[in-house]
Amino acid sequence: MTWNWKIGGVLLGVVFFAAVLLVKPIGVSTQFVILDGIVADAVSSEFITQTDEGWTSTNAYMAKSGGKYAKSAANPLNYSFIFVLAMAAGALLSSLLKGGVSREERRAPAIWRANFGDTPGTRYLVAFLGGFVVLYGARLAGGCTSGHMMSGIMQTALSGYIFAAGAFLAAVPVAMTMYRED
Amino acid sequence: MQIVLAIVIGAAFGFVLDRIGATNPNVITGMLTLRRLRLMKTILLAIGTGSILMFGGQMIGLVEVGHMSVKAAYIGVFIGGLLLGAGWAASGFCPGTGVCAAATGRKDALFFIAGGLFGAAAYMATYPVWKASGLLSDIAGGKVTLGTVPGSDYAGLFAVSGDLLGIALGLVFVLVAFVLPDGFGGGHVEKRVPAE
Repeated sequence: MTWNWKIGGVLLGVVFFAAVLLVKPIGVSTQFVILDGIVADAVSSEFITQTDEGWTSTNAYMAKSGGKYAKSAANPLNYSFIFVLAMAAGALLSSLLKGGVSREERRAPAIWRANFGDTPGTRYLVAFLGGFVVLYGARLAGGCTSGHMMSGIMQTALSGYIFAAGAFLAAVPVAMTMYRED
Repeated sequence: MQIVLAIVIGAAFGFVLDRIGATNPNVITGMLTLRRLRLMKTILLAIGTGSILMFGGQMIGLVEVGHMSVKAAYIGVFIGGLLLGAGWAASGFCPGTGVCAAATGRKDALFFIAGGLFGAAAYMATYPVWKASGLLSDIAGGKVTLGTVPGSDYAGLFAVSGDLLGIALGLVFVLVAFVLPDGFGGGHVEKRVPAE
């Protein structure tokens, strides 16, 4: 069952608090860069290299901030990367305990079928393009819904508010235009 | 120890994201079309709860202020937010919930992740252009919090106690979560998906 919003909200808040208390604020989107870095380095071993001061990369973005992304990609068994893998496992566990997602839903969500009929191929294309834009935007912004919107606003970070303003300003009209049927 | 914490906190995060409906594109779309705002209420309550616990904990010395991590403010944050918002609405996923949704067996979420990996790679390739444009340069002090948090590395935008302001804003978020309506119109799609 989906939880009542009051229970869900408090528990989600407790998880964000526990992360700050024990380690650091939650964030996810950086790990897409780290996985790209792992893949790029596996294809071409010149991509990430170790220097006397630490790690660097032939890519300027991977090499920025003293090579911290390059270092993480060279050592995938780090907190933030394992965190994202564990997050996927946690979601799977929750889903299995409540009986899993129906076959029809796994093919394409109901809201898609209500608006565009049984067109899973188009849905996958839109999901792919959506993912492209989401991660490009998240990296430009320096964080995503978790890092900027939740962790950021929770810490009263100015950047979190700027990010949330941009995200909702675009998201609401796009959702209303694309998904008229409900 | 760090790895154990990553597994425990990460798994708890994914579990809760799934239980509040955030891994379900029908629920995300319901929120972004303003038809069903339960998830919005959940998120607002979570931000408020997290803020009150964190700043309260810092005031009584339970939470290390050094654990805060505030991101810089620059014009690109707003532009990136717009892009993320558009893709979020079109796909019904954001980076965290997309990964979680794929784990629950949603095929479209796998395509979202694939697109995300290409999108992140495209940013890596075009980063020098953004850097040169000046749109990544700090505005309003860059890494700033709204109030001035005692003992933190970050400057405050306003000369008020960052702890007290954090708790006050946390209470505002909780209040807004309670007064926000359940939604405006609509409501058919979720009824057709009883399993969720």
